Amino acid sequence: MKKGLLNFTLKIWRQKNNKEKGKFKTYRINNISPDSSFLEMLDVLNNKILYSKKEYPISFDHDCREGICGMCSLYINGRAHGPDNLVTTCQLHMRRFHDEETIYIEPWRAKPFPVIKDLVVDRSSFDRIIISGGFISVNTFGKTVDGNMIPIPKEDADKAFDAATCIGCGACVAVCKNRSAMLFVSAKVSQFSFLPQGQIERKNRVLNMVKKMDEEGFGSCTNTKSCEIECPKGISTEYISLLNKEYIFSLT
Amino acid sequence: MLKLNSKIPSGELSQKWTNHKSTLKLVSPNNRSKIEIIVIGTGLSGGSTCASLAELGYKVKVFCYQDSPRRAHSVAAQGGINASKNYKGDNDSVYQLFYDTIKGGDYRSREANVYRLAEISSNIIDQCVAQGVPFARDYAGYLENRSFGGTKVSRTFYAKGQTGQQLLLGCYSAMSRQIGKGRIKMYNRHEMLDLVVIEGAARGIIARNLISGEIERHTAHAVIIASGGYGNVFFLSTNAMGANASAIWKVHKKGGFFANPCYTQIHPTCIPVHGNYQSKLTLMSESLRNDGRIWVPKKIEDAISIRNGTKSPEDLLEEEKDYYLERRYPSFGNLVPRDVASRAAKERCDKGLGIENNEEKEGVFLDFSYSIKQYGIEKANELGIKNPTFVEIKKLGESVMESKYGNLFHMYEKITNKNPYKNPMKIYPAVHYTMGGLWVDYNLMSSIKGCYVIGEANFSDHGANRLGASALMQGLADGYFILPYTIADYLSQYVVHKKNISTKHIEFDNSEKNVKDRIKRFLHNNGDFSVDFFHKELGKIMWKYVGMSRNHKGLSESIERIQELRDEFWKNIYVPGKKNDGFNSELEKAERVADFLELGELIAMDALNRKESCGSHFREEYQTKEGEALRDDIHYKYISVWEYQKEKLLSEEIMHKENLSFNFVKLQSRSYK
Repeated sequence: MKKGLLNFTLKIWRQKNNKEKGKFKTYRINNISPDSSFLEMLDVLNNKILYSKKEYPISFDHDCREGICGMCSLYINGRAHGPDNLVTTCQLHMRRFHDEETIYIEPWRAKPFPVIKDLVVDRSSFDRIIISGGFISVNTFGKTVDGNMIPIPKEDADKAFDAATCIGCGACVAVCKNRSAMLFVSAKVSQFSFLPQGQIERKNRVLNMVKKMDEEGFGSCTNTKSCEIECPKGISTEYISLLNKEYIFSLT
Repeated sequence: MLKLNSKIPSGELSQKWTNHKSTLKLVSPNNRSKIEIIVIGTGLSGGSTCASLAELGYKVKVFCYQDSPRRAHSVAAQGGINASKNYKGDNDSVYQLFYDTIKGGDYRSREANVYRLAEISSNIIDQCVAQGVPFARDYAGYLENRSFGGTKVSRTFYAKGQTGQQLLLGCYSAMSRQIGKGRIKMYNRHEMLDLVVIEGAARGIIARNLISGEIERHTAHAVIIASGGYGNVFFLSTNAMGANASAIWKVHKKGGFFANPCYTQIHPTCIPVHGNYQSKLTLMSESLRNDGRIWVPKKIEDAISIRNGTKSPEDLLEEEKDYYLERRYPSFGNLVPRDVASRAAKERCDKGLGIENNEEKEGVFLDFSYSIKQYGIEKANELGIKNPTFVEIKKLGESVMESKYGNLFHMYEKITNKNPYKNPMKIYPAVHYTMGGLWVDYNLMSSIKGCYVIGEANFSDHGANRLGASALMQGLADGYFILPYTIADYLSQYVVHKKNISTKHIEFDNSEKNVKDRIKRFLHNNGDFSVDFFHKELGKIMWKYVGMSRNHKGLSESIERIQELRDEFWKNIYVPGKKNDGFNSELEKAERVADFLELGELIAMDALNRKESCGSHFREEYQTKEGEALRDDIHYKYISVWEYQKEKLLSEEIMHKENLSFNFVKLQSRSYK
C-alpha cells in the first residue's frame, strides 16, 4: 500500500552539547505513513541516520508517547508541540502535514531551559519552583481525617482539577516572548487555592513560588495569551489573573 | 538450597499486620539522619516511599532516568484507585476488596499480603485528599466512585481519566517538600546499572549519569527498587518507551530471586496496532467499559465488509451484532476481569470476526451509543425537557460522556482520526502490566538483605492477574504505609554496629569494572543492526509464543529463538558513540534491551513450567470445554521463584517453590458467568 505515503524535507537543530553552538541541518525523509506519529517519523529518520554510520542519531526527549508525561517537547514550524491545539508532540500525527512540506524542528528556546543536546533541554527549573512551595505540607502517615470529612463543592473540585492537569512540559515558556512561566506557576497555585486543604499555606506558597520563578530567570507575563493557545492541556490564562490576585493579596 | 522465608505473621487474617507492626524494631529519630537509603524510581511507589522515609528523617538518594520525577509512568494510569470505603452503601468492606482481589488474581497471590493491601486502601484516599489530589466529587461535595472489572461494587476513586497523574503529582509534591528541606537528594537523568552487594547485603549501586555519561558509585544502608514493570520485553506495550527491567534484572543477577515472571497482564482496551513503524500502544481506560458495550459482527461477511470499509458499524442491525462478553458472562458482562475480556476478544478475532483493517485483522468495537442515549434521556428528564428529539438526546448524552471521559475520547480521536462520540471505538488487547517481579517477603525485602522491592517491580499482591485500579493502590500502600515501618526493622541493626560503607570497597571496583566493560563492548562492536531491530524481533517472538495464549511447542521454540537472537545481538549490535560522549540514547536502549533478551527467556521458561492455566497465564493444553482457564491447584498452587546461577547459562536457573496456603478463603474455580 504505497498510496497516501508522504515525503518531507526536515530542517533540524543539531547541537552537540551545552558548550558548543548549534545549527540547522537538512534531512530528507520519504514514504511516511500519515497515521504515524511525529516521533515515529523521527524514529524512522534516526534509523536511517544510524545505519548510515555517518553521524549520531538526533536526540529528542520523549517517554510515555500518550500525551501525559510531559517529557516530549519540540518546536515545530514555529509552534510549541506543532500545529495542532491541545496536543503534545507525541500525539501529533503526520496526517496533519502535507506531502513535500518543509518542517522546521527546534528545541524549546528559553534561557531557564538550557539545551543539553540537539532537541533535548533541561527543565529542572520547573522542579525547583515546585520545591520552593508547590505542595501542601501534610505528612504522609495516613493519620488524616476521612476524605469525606472535607466536602468540596463540585465546581471548586472541577476547577482545581482543571488547573491540576498541567503536565509541566514547558510549552508555555517556549512560546512566550518573555519566557514567562506564569501559566505553569499559576496552575499549581490555583489548584491549591481552590481547595480547603490549601488555605493554610496560601500566602507563603504564592510568594515563594513567584520568588523562585524570578530567580530562575523566567520573564513576566504581558498578556499575549500565546501560552494558553499552545498549552497541550488547555490551561486557561484566567489562572494567571488568579495568580496575580493571590500574589497581591499575599503581600498585604 | 535456600529456604524461602516469607515471614508471614501468624494469627487471624485481620490482625496479622497490626500484630506484625508491634514486633518490628524501631530506629530512634536522632539516629535516622545518619542512615542513607537509595531509591530507584520515582513513580507512585518510589515517590511515596521517598516522601515518607524523608519525613521520618532518613537521608534519601533517589534516581530516575527521566528529566523529572514527575514523568514516571505511573502518570499515565487513567482509571482509578480502589478503596473499601463503602461510601456508596453497596456493602463493600475490607473483606470484600480482599476477596475480589484474591479471586481476581486467580488464587495465586498471598492471602496475608492482599488482606493488608485491602486494609490500608482507605488510608490512601484520605492521605491523598489531604495532599490536595483533586478526586472527582459529586454535587454535595463528597467523593465520587465508579466501578471496574471483576467487582460488583463501586469502589474506584478517580480524577477523570488522569488518576495516575494526580496521585503521582501528589507524591511528587510530597517529595519536593523534602527535597527542599535537603533530606532527599534527587538524581534525575541517572540510571542504575548494577547493585553492589557486600557480605550478602545491598550496600549501594553503580549508576550512569545519562547527560555526562559518567559512571558513579553511591553507597547506602539499604537499597529500594521501585523501578516498575518489565512489559517492554514485548516491545509493543502500553509502557513508556524508557520503562525497563534493568534495575530488577541486575538485582536478580546479584542474588535476588525472581517470582512468577510469566504473569503478564494483557489489557483488553488498547488502540489496535496500525503499522509496522509503530513504537507504542495506547491504552484506553478500563473505566470505559462501564459505559461501553463490546461487540463484533455475528457474521464473517459483515466483519470483512467492515474491515474493507464497505460497511460501517451503524449499518448493522441489532440482531447482527454479537455482544460476546454479555453472551458468555451474563452476570459480569462487559465488566469481566481483564484477562477474561482479552482472551474473549482474541477468540473472536481468531475466528475471523475482527473489525480492524490491520495486518492481523484484529480489533473489536467498544460502543458508547447506548450509554449516550440513556444518559441523554436521563438528562432531558432532569432538565424537564418534554419529548426531546433524537438530536437533543444525543447532544445531552454526549455532554455527560464528555464530563466523564472527555480526555480519553480526545486522545482516541487524535490518534485514530475518528470521533468516538459518533463511531464506536476500535480496541484490541495489548501488554500492559507485569504481575511477576522480584520475590519479596512480607516486609517487602528481596532475597538479598537490605534490598527492598516495591510496587510493580515486586511480585507479591496481584497473583496471576491484576484487577483494574489495584496497581495504584499497591504502589502507594507499599511506599507510604508499609515499607517505612518494615525497613526500620532492618536498619535498626546499623545503629548498633555503626558500620560505615566506603565506595572504595572491592565490590564497588568489581561492579564498576563490569559496567564499564559492557559499555565498552557495545561501543566497540560496530555490528550491522540497530538496538531497535533486536528489540522488535524479541517482541515478535514474545507476543507470538509467550503472549495471550501459550503452548508447550511454542514456548520451547521461543526459548531457542530468544537464545539465538541474544547471540546475534552480542555479535552484531551497532551502538554509535565514544566512551566520553555523554548523552547517548542508543547506548541507553542497548543496555536495556540486553537485559530484556535475558528476561524474555526466563518468562518463557516460567510459562513452560506452569502446566496449568491461571489468570493471565493461559496454556492452551489446559482449558475447559467452554475455553475457560483450567487451574491445577494440586500441582501448581505455588509461586515459582527463580534463582540465577552465577557464571552459568540462564537455562540453568533453579526454580524454588513457595507454596501458597489459603486459610481464610475457599479455593474456587473462578467464574464470571
